[in-house]
Amino acid sequence: MRRYLLNRLWQSAVTLVLATIVVFAGVRALPGDPALALAGEDRDPESLRAIREQYGLDQSWLVQFWQFVSHAARGDLGQSIRTGTPVRSMIMSALPVTIELSVLAILIASVIGVGAGVIAAVRRGRPAEWAANALALLGLSVPHFWLGLMAILYLSVALGLFPASGFVPFFSNPVANLHHLILPALILGTGLSAVIMRQTRSSMLDALSADYIRTAEAKGLPPKAVVGKHALRNSLIVVVTIVGLQLGALISGAVVTERIFALPGFGKLTVDAVFQRDYPVIQAVVLVTATAYIVINLLVDLLYSVIDPRIRVRGEA
Amino acid sequence: MAVAEVTDAVPTAPLRSNRRRVVRRILHNPLALTGLAVLAIAVILAVFANWLAPHEPTQTHLDRAFAPPGTAGYLLGTDDLGRDVLSRIMFGLRASLHVGVLAVAFSLVVGVPLGLIAGYFRTVDALISRLTDLVLAFPFLILAVGLAAIRGASLGNAAIAIGIAQIPGMIRIVRSETLRIKSLDFVAAAIVEGASDAWVLGRHIFPNAGSAIIVQATVGIPAAILGEAVLSFLGLGIQPPAPSLGTMLADAQQFASRAPWAAVMPGVAIMLLTLAFNIVGDSLRDALDPKASRR
Repeated sequence: MRRYLLNRLWQSAVTLVLATIVVFAGVRALPGDPALALAGEDRDPESLRAIREQYGLDQSWLVQFWQFVSHAARGDLGQSIRTGTPVRSMIMSALPVTIELSVLAILIASVIGVGAGVIAAVRRGRPAEWAANALALLGLSVPHFWLGLMAILYLSVALGLFPASGFVPFFSNPVANLHHLILPALILGTGLSAVIMRQTRSSMLDALSADYIRTAEAKGLPPKAVVGKHALRNSLIVVVTIVGLQLGALISGAVVTERIFALPGFGKLTVDAVFQRDYPVIQAVVLVTATAYIVINLLVDLLYSVIDPRIRVRGEA
Repeated sequence: MAVAEVTDAVPTAPLRSNRRRVVRRILHNPLALTGLAVLAIAVILAVFANWLAPHEPTQTHLDRAFAPPGTAGYLLGTDDLGRDVLSRIMFGLRASLHVGVLAVAFSLVVGVPLGLIAGYFRTVDALISRLTDLVLAFPFLILAVGLAAIRGASLGNAAIAIGIAQIPGMIRIVRSETLRIKSLDFVAAAIVEGASDAWVLGRHIFPNAGSAIIVQATVGIPAAILGEAVLSFLGLGIQPPAPSLGTMLADAQQFASRAPWAAVMPGVAIMLLTLAFNIVGDSLRDALDPKASRR
């Protein structure tokens, strides 16, 4: 276990360093002189030189990279070119929205996905399986941002069931907060639930034909206990795996969902930064996303090996 | 979203020996046939859009704005600028298929050789795995954001971003297939007989991994199509006034309560297209899976 842990930590560290290099190199590959962009209207050579000095742009790449890393490690991600606001505080105010949205979406996806997957596996060859499969296929195929548009058009605007856009912080009004977030979370969650459903169904089918299930049945356990006990354990692994594998899709999905429902989250920050060519913000956003992805994947893998001991053995091989 | 669900690398029988059985299985599956028919129609509409589209997709007629579906000459209605929704959908389908095929081709060209190498030569396996992790650390939308910032937003850059995002899945599938086939007796026999690595990879392993690669590519296309729609919707993909299903939806969002059809129709078109691809991909996977008869 310890060897697996160390090995996995080492891998994550290497990936993180590589990701930082990619972000740094990517920003240097941006068209145009960053000093010109920072100077804005002011093209006077004297102030350009001052800017180069201030941001260390006159230093060698190696020095610049070191400054970038050491600043980032201290949480200093620079300032927005447009507003002068520290990027760190922009991210800090956007992140809770996205995290809450994602967590709600994962919860919804797990409930729908595991439920439908278990039903499809247990009711094999019956209409229930057919319906669950059809829904999963539809869930994989439908463009979710379009589903969001339709939900706003028909549920929010026409029927007035939900607010069409906007956000209320959880701590100022929890009820209004959920009321604003439930529709976006449902839209984001349904896509994920299709993947979870299919995986749950196939691992349940494998499990149900396994010997230990036959043993459980033979010794007279009621079917509900057989399915419930073994299904629960299996689907827990499935959900954890999918969340790890689909994290990228979840982040991308959150960006689009926030855009449609006008939520002031990480996604909106990202897209706005691209359109405003706000390079320090783009750089920070990409770095934070990559770091979050690597850290969450590490946690998922560790959690995975706690739930399923076989992984540890295979990971060491 | 743009990243295809990684298909289970089911142990598949060699591609060539059972091609006839696969075709027979597909032809006896009504759902698969329906999917193929929808795909055929979509491809015809997209390829021959120049001749089939009733109107110029970018031609504006402000006097005919917001015509509802069924208006004479405008089967699916018009948008805020009086452009024909049906014609724009046809050209949008062309853009979607273009990006879908381009992105998957990119992931095949890069992913298949890397997957073969990673599975066959254990020495470079760790290196390729780290590179895969690195790509995975940048969700496809973030990749696309970065690429759009560096190179500008366009159809080609959208396809590259989506293609890059699909490479890790392709590598993973090809690698695990390579590991499996490498352990089979006939490959061991070839190695003992003194066959070169290149010969074993090209002559034995690649052909036998073919069906898994085809299945992965088939599920990659609809994922790429959805990805293009998302990017164009956000303004990071195909640029207006060029018609794309994603930009049509972004436009329609502004006047959705006035002309809901302009927001409904392009979404239905995307859904039918990706649904057809997913159905064909699923049927293909079942047909190629020797264990499928059990399930």
